[in-house]
Amino acid sequence: ASCIQHRLVVRDASSLQILQLYTCLDQIQYLEWSSDSLFILCAMYKRGIVQVWSLEQPDWHCKIDEGSVGLVASCWSPDGRHILNTTEFHLRITVWSLCTKSVSYIKYPKACQQGVAFTKDGRYMAVAERRDCKDFISIFVCKNWQLLRHFDTETQDLFGIEWAPNGCVLAAWDTCLEYKVLLYSLDGRLLSSYSAYEWPLGVKSIAWSPSSQFLAIGSFDEKVRILNHVTWKKITELDHPATITNKKTIVYKEVEKSPTVDTERLSFLPTRALTSSLFSTQSKYDISQVPVSLQYIKPVADRANPKVGVGMLAFSADNCFLATKNDNIPNAVWIWDIRKLKLSVVLEQLCTIQYFQWDPCQPRLAVCTGGSRVYLWSPAGCIVVQVPGEGDFQIMSLSWHSSGDSMLLLSKDHFCVCYLEREEV
Amino acid sequence: MGDWKTITVPVLSSDSKNILPYTSERKKSPTSMNSQVLRLSLPSPKNMHSFFSAFCTEENIEQSISYIDRELTTLGFPSIYAEAKGKELNLIAIVNCINELLALQHKNLRAQEEVEMQHLKLGSDMDHLQNCYAKLKEQLELSKREIVGLQERDRQLQIKNRNLHQLLKNEKDEVQKLQNIISSRATQYNHDMKRKEREYNKLKERLHQLVMNKKDKKLAMEVLNYVGRADGKRGAWRTDKTEARNEEEMYKVLLSDYEQRQKQLLLENAELKKVLQQMKKDIISLLPPQKQKPKERSEDGLVLSDQEEDIGELNKENMWELSCETVREQLTNSIRKQWRILKNHVEKLDNQVSRGHSGALNEKDVISREDHELETEKLELEIQQCKEMIKTQQQLLQQQLTCDDDTTLLLQDCYLLEERERLQEEWRLFREQKKNFEKERKSFTEAAIRLGLERKAFEEDRGAWLKHQFLSMTADCKSENVTTPSAFLRSKYLVQIMFLHSSDPDIRLVKSASRQRKPSSVLSPTISPEPCQISQYITQNSVASEKPAADNMPNLWVESDDKEETE
Repeated sequence: ASCIQHRLVVRDASSLQILQLYTCLDQIQYLEWSSDSLFILCAMYKRGIVQVWSLEQPDWHCKIDEGSVGLVASCWSPDGRHILNTTEFHLRITVWSLCTKSVSYIKYPKACQQGVAFTKDGRYMAVAERRDCKDFISIFVCKNWQLLRHFDTETQDLFGIEWAPNGCVLAAWDTCLEYKVLLYSLDGRLLSSYSAYEWPLGVKSIAWSPSSQFLAIGSFDEKVRILNHVTWKKITELDHPATITNKKTIVYKEVEKSPTVDTERLSFLPTRALTSSLFSTQSKYDISQVPVSLQYIKPVADRANPKVGVGMLAFSADNCFLATKNDNIPNAVWIWDIRKLKLSVVLEQLCTIQYFQWDPCQPRLAVCTGGSRVYLWSPAGCIVVQVPGEGDFQIMSLSWHSSGDSMLLLSKDHFCVCYLEREEV
Repeated sequence: MGDWKTITVPVLSSDSKNILPYTSERKKSPTSMNSQVLRLSLPSPKNMHSFFSAFCTEENIEQSISYIDRELTTLGFPSIYAEAKGKELNLIAIVNCINELLALQHKNLRAQEEVEMQHLKLGSDMDHLQNCYAKLKEQLELSKREIVGLQERDRQLQIKNRNLHQLLKNEKDEVQKLQNIISSRATQYNHDMKRKEREYNKLKERLHQLVMNKKDKKLAMEVLNYVGRADGKRGAWRTDKTEARNEEEMYKVLLSDYEQRQKQLLLENAELKKVLQQMKKDIISLLPPQKQKPKERSEDGLVLSDQEEDIGELNKENMWELSCETVREQLTNSIRKQWRILKNHVEKLDNQVSRGHSGALNEKDVISREDHELETEKLELEIQQCKEMIKTQQQLLQQQLTCDDDTTLLLQDCYLLEERERLQEEWRLFREQKKNFEKERKSFTEAAIRLGLERKAFEEDRGAWLKHQFLSMTADCKSENVTTPSAFLRSKYLVQIMFLHSSDPDIRLVKSASRQRKPSSVLSPTISPEPCQISQYITQNSVASEKPAADNMPNLWVESDDKEETE
């Protein structure tokens, strides 16, 4: 599904054929599918309206008007029948039910990056709240929206919460002024608290491993600390130095291939496509010899939220690899082997890395840097895939299909789908 | 000059002067002896003479003798007079006295020498000691100065150290101060933030109230129709029961998670225990049997018996169910003990091996180092070879896999083409050769035919010529009995002619046939019956030598044979 202005276009994922077309009242700012893929919600924040469309019955429609309260965020509940709207200034979260038309309110939600978290199985929801200058976490049962647990956290200013994939542990971390990660069990008990150091800037990003065995914490000191689920103590620290000296690390460096221009062809007027392909540079991967020194950017010291530290963390689906990006070295993706807790591969690109995501089925990583190429890495090797087409297609973000067969590449105004062939065995 | 003692001697004044210095010198105090001794040690003979002449003259002989006698007696020598008051001198006594005086003189001289030597030695020792003393004094001075310098340095370093300590303390204090400042500022900021948050909350509340008051018309949800729930059930009311059920469910979820984890941990534990047990058994089996020497190694024996008990115990009971502390500790302790014993054992073995191979019980388990090294080398080679094989195979596999179908087909085609081309080449060569052979054969056959024809012609000529000869010969024979030379000549001619044209293998065969007949023909001395024999031979040979070649003159052949034989 994609939206253009105030239109919603639904296409088939394998053939990109337009299936449905809907018109909304205003420019759509946010789009989300329901978990059973039967409904799509379109949120228009300016007008405070959420419209829901059904795929099965194109005539069915639903409109939720928040009125003067305003709308800041909207999302589905995991059962696909409730919509949670966050009002302006985070006054409250309204839970609208599509089945019963009833409304529930959650008061005092916290205005933080990840204030609402659902468990993977969709049973429980954790909401971060703040009353009287103190942080609380409420756990609700998604079936009937009953409050299960309500407890306070020892944080200064709770920044985010995230459930472990097994749904039993909730990680909460503090603002970056203080390094504190708290782990709560489902029933609200504090299992453990972890703090690596006191004064410098703290946690930047957090990721759970898919088996819930590890919690990776990326911090502003360019290190990733991994905690294990048995003792909640640090197993290891993964450092991101600017020079790589370990001989066992493979460093793939993106190298530009100069294009070979066929002068004979220029005699007749070339089409636009041809010119772009003639003059666009190809690139490929080269293996650099260790020791390699990467491009290191020293951050400006007097700005807030400096581009320092480990900003992106992602575990692979089979729990074997961890991909990280150190914002100091913005052109490199670091891939760590979790079984050995060692750095196995570094991908060095020509431009700053915008986004990367693991394939949900295999240990395959797709990376985009804002150019018109998407880079794929797997333990077998890595390749550069050029997006064919006219002009520049600047890939800003990408998203894998849940089956791992195709990938959505997004630029500012366009998107394209990249299909990956499976090897016939 | 010492103590002068005047001795009244009733002698001439001239003598007394001389004597006085002599005796006074003798009675000088020993302190001034040193300087005087030298002078006395070597009285020059001149002085002696003058002495003697001065002392005793012709006038005062008796007086001098009596004086001498007195002196001698006072010195303890016997009197030199023969009798008590007589004037005759006892020569023997005089000689003895003189001898003794001389001996005394020698002794004194020796003593003097000794003393002088000693004096010299002492002098040199003194010098030496003085030098040493001076040197030591210098050294002492130097070391004192050094000490002073070092002390100075030490002092300076200590000052530096203290300064650095001070700096460090200052820095630490600063750091502490800054930290305090930071924490105080942080608390201040927190406080301020809290204040602002409270304000904000108040605003939110106000806004909330306002919004809630206005809500009725605006807030709405329009749905065309209700949507069924995802799981098809109807919504439930919120009651205490539901709350309790929620709690239950939550605890169930937690419990199931814990149980799963515990199961995993149990499995891991069981695995590890198995591994440990296995290790224990291996270690025990590795150690040499120690039961035979219980006295010497009582400790190990005890441990062994303990182990066996342990093994027995643990094997009896089901290990997987045992998880109590004591059993675990026992297991780990026993393994540690065993490991220690094994380590000691291995160390002992190492020592033994390094010292040299000593045939002992312990070597049963130990392979000699060289064998071990050889084996390892062999294994390494094998590994290398296997690796290379694997690499090549991998490469081949890759080639096969990475090639598309087209390229594989192309490759196969390439191979086929190559082979075909090769085959074609070979065919070409073969055909060429065949052609060449054909040509040659043709030429050969032509040549053979030509040869045959030529030979035919030649033979005809020869036949005619021989006939002619024969006729002439027989005519000659009848007239003359012996015409051997002409016959020989003729035969020679014939043979020569034959040889000139002979290139056929037939002739060789003929020759061989003719050689067989040789002995029989040699016996025939006469020539007259030759023609008859010739004719006989003709018939015989013509029968014997039947040749496929076109040769119609057996006569000629026979003749040639015959001629050859006779020659």
